Amino acid sequence: MTINFNKAFGIHEQALDVQSRRSAVLANNIANADTPGFKARDIDFRQALQNAMHANQSSGLARTDSRHFSGNSRYLSTEQQYRVPMQPDTGDGNTVDANVEQAAFAQNAIQYQTSLTFLNSKIRGLLTAIRGE
Amino acid sequence: MDLNNVMDIAGTAMSAQSVRLNTTASNLANADSISSSIDQTYKARHPVFAAIQQAMQEQGVGGVQVKGIVESSAPVRPRYQPDHPLADADGYIYQPNVNLVEEMANMISASRSYQTNVQVANTAKQMLARTLQIGQ
Repeated sequence: MTINFNKAFGIHEQALDVQSRRSAVLANNIANADTPGFKARDIDFRQALQNAMHANQSSGLARTDSRHFSGNSRYLSTEQQYRVPMQPDTGDGNTVDANVEQAAFAQNAIQYQTSLTFLNSKIRGLLTAIRGE
Repeated sequence: MDLNNVMDIAGTAMSAQSVRLNTTASNLANADSISSSIDQTYKARHPVFAAIQQAMQEQGVGGVQVKGIVESSAPVRPRYQPDHPLADADGYIYQPNVNLVEEMANMISASRSYQTNVQVANTAKQMLARTLQIGQ
């Protein structure tokens, strides 16, 4: 029996990646809470996670020539979308609701730490197996 | 690393909000700076915020920047006070077009936004610190 590190860490490695990207997008929303015309954005977590998990596989684009781009991208444009504002426009075209963004940022931070905790316990389990204690 | 990016974004926002707080302080301090002609009168200043657009690799998130500081076009308030040493030939002095109520609201909004961004940077710092401790 061999230990496969790719399988051992499961989904959490990709989840961390997506959550850290989402934190950047949410931080950008909060930073632009007073910018006229700014539209709040968010990452479609399910889509982003699927993209991240299949990053090593082809994204449906066949390469028929060596000069073609691979089509593998961590940053597929489909995963970032504009938020639907919950309140009517106040006149400056800004759709950031600071409270919503703050809550989403806090939630995302907790989810990030959850993934970290899962990863940590996986690593600890592997170490126990390696040491044979 | 996207978490470093979060710190940068929060940093740009803090600097933009402090510029806003600065202009507010300037406006409040000069609210009573009277002068003897419309041209010389202090005019309220306000920063113009704009989102920083970055390359696709950064997902187009880059924080906020101050595009510039514009002077308010609201009319300067003339006041008839011929005994004032700065009064012009017709006996008028001119007061800045600073709206005190607006400036106070601006000040509170700017300081709240600043606080929010400090919290964002703090959270990102904690997330980074915990990431560094992974596997220990």
